[in-house]
Amino acid sequence: MATKTGVPVAPASMQRGATLSKEEILRYSRHLIMPEVGMEGQLKLKQAKVLCIGTGGLGAPLGLYLAAAGVGRIGIVDFDVVDNTNLQRQVLFSTTDVGRPKIQAAADRLRGLNPDIQIDAYETNLSSENALDLFKDYDIIVDGTDNFPTRYLVNDACILLGKPNVYGSIFRFDGQITVFGYPGGPCYRCLYPEPPPPGLVPSCAEGGVLGVLPGIVGTIQAAETLKLILGKGEPLVGRLLLFDALGMKFRELKLRKNPECPVCGEHPTVTKLIDYVQFCGIRGEEAPTTVTNIPEITPRDLKARLDRGDDLYILDVREPHEYQICNLGGHLIPLGELSRRAAELDSSKEIVAHCRSGKRSAEAVDFLRKAGFKKIWNLKGGILAWSDEVDSSVPKY
Amino acid sequence: MPVKVMIPTPLRAYSGKQDSVQVQAGTVGEALSALTTQFGELKKHLFSDDGKLRSFVNVYVNDEDIRYMQKDQTKVKEGDTISIVPSIAGGSVVAS
Repeated sequence: MATKTGVPVAPASMQRGATLSKEEILRYSRHLIMPEVGMEGQLKLKQAKVLCIGTGGLGAPLGLYLAAAGVGRIGIVDFDVVDNTNLQRQVLFSTTDVGRPKIQAAADRLRGLNPDIQIDAYETNLSSENALDLFKDYDIIVDGTDNFPTRYLVNDACILLGKPNVYGSIFRFDGQITVFGYPGGPCYRCLYPEPPPPGLVPSCAEGGVLGVLPGIVGTIQAAETLKLILGKGEPLVGRLLLFDALGMKFRELKLRKNPECPVCGEHPTVTKLIDYVQFCGIRGEEAPTTVTNIPEITPRDLKARLDRGDDLYILDVREPHEYQICNLGGHLIPLGELSRRAAELDSSKEIVAHCRSGKRSAEAVDFLRKAGFKKIWNLKGGILAWSDEVDSSVPKY
Repeated sequence: MPVKVMIPTPLRAYSGKQDSVQVQAGTVGEALSALTTQFGELKKHLFSDDGKLRSFVNVYVNDEDIRYMQKDQTKVKEGDTISIVPSIAGGSVVAS
């Protein structure tokens, strides 16, 4: 399985007599004086072609370190625009980049860091239609995306093309890192044959990430990428590295290649790219039950009623730490506690429930109506819409 | 015998916020059953309606995947650590 020979990066294209300029020798001198890299390794880096999917939290340190290390050709794929909430962790971007396409801001930053390398910027949404074409020119693919459909797409495309996939993913304080698609090694589907159904993916109440976490995980991905190019060390193949930033612990689990894997197994059933949104989204019985027919009130109507002096009871179903960010002075009962605390509510009063965007409070209203509450409404669009339509001094998050 | 079950961050909301839970069990199946008896809400996150472990949740005894051992019949002994490792997808984590 894991060997020390490394993936055959840039085998055919390796130009005989490729050299480093005097300026490059100075720039990479801390690599050149290490026997594990040396001139031979630095030339391998210069000949290498790496495609980074996503320029967000993981892609930022990854792109920076690959560019700094002198990886000769770096492709970056993203279709997003830099916004203020990115700056807490996406260290490729500056405050002045807000509003710019990420790909442009990232390419500028990487070219500024290392003008001697080639940056290929693809401002596109990776899809089953373009993935194989995009990947085919690169030696190594690094997955820094944030959703299941793209994870499975990147995996399958890498297996179909026989390219290693340096994988990293994060959640709050936890990270998972490994190398898939290495000759003889497992793939993402060997680890997780199927994605979670949408209804069981953590909601915004449980999301979030410690800003430095993608920095650590993306940097580990960069280290694995450089090792693959150099053919040095023990690649993270057949091992899933788990990182817990709260406990500051690394653990390692064994990853095995599944002989029955539908993509990389002995009798593959997935032989071309499929519709990954459908694969991850609509899978029958486990599709989320969307709450419908919920009585709603718009922020403007709520404001008008409150101004009239109507006796409305505001129920906030967010979490206490969200209440601290901003609130409408409502009574706080987090959605998860509602079933056992419903007795705190007076069903003879008119109640307006709200959350951040209106999704959790719709569930709350649905639950309370089934529990016999008749005079209850959901604040349409939540506190975000209140900020947009009624009181812009309420911060959005 | 007492074994430790490690609860991953996404499921701690259903385990009273604990990152690990001590249970009495002789097999992985018994350990997960003890865990979901104590924390009822964990059940639907770990098992599908037909009682099978969900395909986006992997279970390890120490560093071995139980799918390549005896699955839920895998024996555990005192001092073993059972890890629940669900798939996570975040990279830039956009709040919905």
